[in-house]
Amino acid sequence: MTAPAKIVLSDVHKSFGKKVVLDGIDLSIQKGESVVVIGGSGTGKSVMLKSVLGILRPERGSIKVDGEEVIGMRSKDRDRMMLKFGMLFQGSALFDSLRVWENVAFGLIQGRGMNRIQAKDIAIEKLAAVGLAESAGDLFPAELSGGMQKRVALARAIATSPEIIFFDEPTTGLDPIMADVINDLIVKCTKELGATTLSITHDMASARKIADRIAMLYKGRLIWVGPAKDIDHSGNEFVDQFIHGRAEGPIKMELRA
Amino acid sequence: MDFLATIGRVFLAFLSHVGRLSAFTGTALSHVVRPPFYPRLTLRAMVEIGYYSLPVVGLTAVFTGMVLALQSYSGFSRFAAEGAVATVVVLSVTRELAPVLAGLMVAGRIGASMAAEIGTMRVTEQIDALTTLSTNPFKYLVAPRLLAGLLMVPCLVLVADIIGVFGGYIVGVYKLGFNPSSYLARTWEYLEPLDVISGLTKAAVFGFVISLMGCYNGYYSRGGAQGVGAATTNSVVSAAIMILIFNYVITALYFGK
Repeated sequence: MTAPAKIVLSDVHKSFGKKVVLDGIDLSIQKGESVVVIGGSGTGKSVMLKSVLGILRPERGSIKVDGEEVIGMRSKDRDRMMLKFGMLFQGSALFDSLRVWENVAFGLIQGRGMNRIQAKDIAIEKLAAVGLAESAGDLFPAELSGGMQKRVALARAIATSPEIIFFDEPTTGLDPIMADVINDLIVKCTKELGATTLSITHDMASARKIADRIAMLYKGRLIWVGPAKDIDHSGNEFVDQFIHGRAEGPIKMELRA
Repeated sequence: MDFLATIGRVFLAFLSHVGRLSAFTGTALSHVVRPPFYPRLTLRAMVEIGYYSLPVVGLTAVFTGMVLALQSYSGFSRFAAEGAVATVVVLSVTRELAPVLAGLMVAGRIGASMAAEIGTMRVTEQIDALTTLSTNPFKYLVAPRLLAGLLMVPCLVLVADIIGVFGGYIVGVYKLGFNPSSYLARTWEYLEPLDVISGLTKAAVFGFVISLMGCYNGYYSRGGAQGVGAATTNSVVSAAIMILIFNYVITALYFGK
C-alpha cells in the first residue's frame, strides 16, 4: 500500500479577469520527494505555488496538504498550516527593516514563539549551514549581494526545519557559479531535513540538479510529468523545445500580454 | 452610450473600492483587539508618529497661532473688538486649526511613509513572506499602525493646542501690545473643556483615518515603483479628503445646534 501523498492538486483553476492562468492542474507530490515545475515566464508557475500557500485562492479544484483542504481555509488554520512550510522567494523577500539574523529567526520568534536569544543561536547555525559567517547576521539585507541574499533567504526557509519547502526561481539573477552553489545548498539542506520540496524554475541546470521529478507547465496545464532522468527523452516536442532553449518549435512567444 | 458605460464603470469601481475598504477596516479592527499583540511594533509606530512628527506639527501650530492673532486683530479692530483676539485664537486653535492642520501634516508625513513602506513590502513579496512565516500581515503590519495613529495624533494635537495658543500670545503681547496677564485671562475666560475634547476627538478619528488609508493603499499597491508611488499619492489625498469630511461631521455632532 502506497503512503498518502503530501501535497495533492486536483483540477485547480485560477484566472485573473479573462486571463486563464491555471486551467485544470493535477499534481501529486509524495513525502520526501522533490518536484520541479518548469515552464516559460508567465505560464502560471508562481500562481500555482501561491495557490498551495493560500496566498491566492483558485476558483475551482482542490488542494490538499497532508489530506487537509487548503482552499477556503480559515486564516487561523492557515497560520497553523504554514508552520509546516518554508519558502524561498524569487527576489528573496527579506525584510529590509530587520537584521539578517532577525530575518532568519523570524519564523521561530513570530511563528513559534521562541525567545530571541535561542532563536538567534539557531539563526546563526542556519547561516553557517548556507556558508555565511556569524558577522553577516548583524548586517541589513541591503548590505548584502544578490547571492548572499539568496543564501539568507534559504537559511530563513529552512530555519524552522519545515516539512515542506517551496523554491520560487531559486537561481534567477545569479551568475552560473553562484546558481550552482545555491542548487547544492538546496539539495544538501533538504536532504538533511528530509523535506518535501516543490520548486519552480526555468533554469534547466537547476531543475536537473534538484529534481526527483519534473513537470512542465504550458498554457495553464501540466503537459508532461516524469522522472528527472527522463527529461531528455520525454517524447514531448514542447518539453524538447523548452529544455534546449530553441526559438523554433510549437511554443510561440506571445508578444502581447 | 459610451458615456453612460463610462459612468457605470466609474460607479462600479467606486463601489468596489468602498466595499474593499470596508472589508479591510473590519478585518484590521478585529486584529487590533485579538491577540497576539505586537507591543514592540506598536511602540515603534507610536514613536514614529508621535515623536518624529512633533517638529512639523509644532511649527505649523506656532505660525498658525501667530497668523491668527494678527488676522483677528486686524479684522476685529474694524468694529473695536480687538479684545476678543485671545478668545478667538484659543477657540480656533483648539476646536479647528490644531486638529485639522496637524492631521493634514501627519497625513503628508506618516500616511505617505506607511503607504510607501507597506507598498514596497507588497511588490517585493515581503507580505507574502510574512504569510509563509505564520504571521498575519494584518496583525503584524496594520494593527500596530492603526493603534498608534489613534493614540498619538491626539497627543500631537494637545501639544499643538498649547504651542498654537503660545504663538498667539507671543504676537499678541510683543507685537500687538496686549497686557500679558489680561491676554492669558481672556484666553482662559471663555475656554471650555468641550472645546479641547472636541478637538481631541477629531484628532483620534483623523489619526485612525491617516493610518488606515496609508495601510490600505500600501497593502493593495501593485506594479512596482509606479504602483508604490500611486499608493503613496492616493494615501495622502484620500486621507486629506476624509479628514475634511470627518471634520465637518464631528463639528456638526458637537456644535450642530
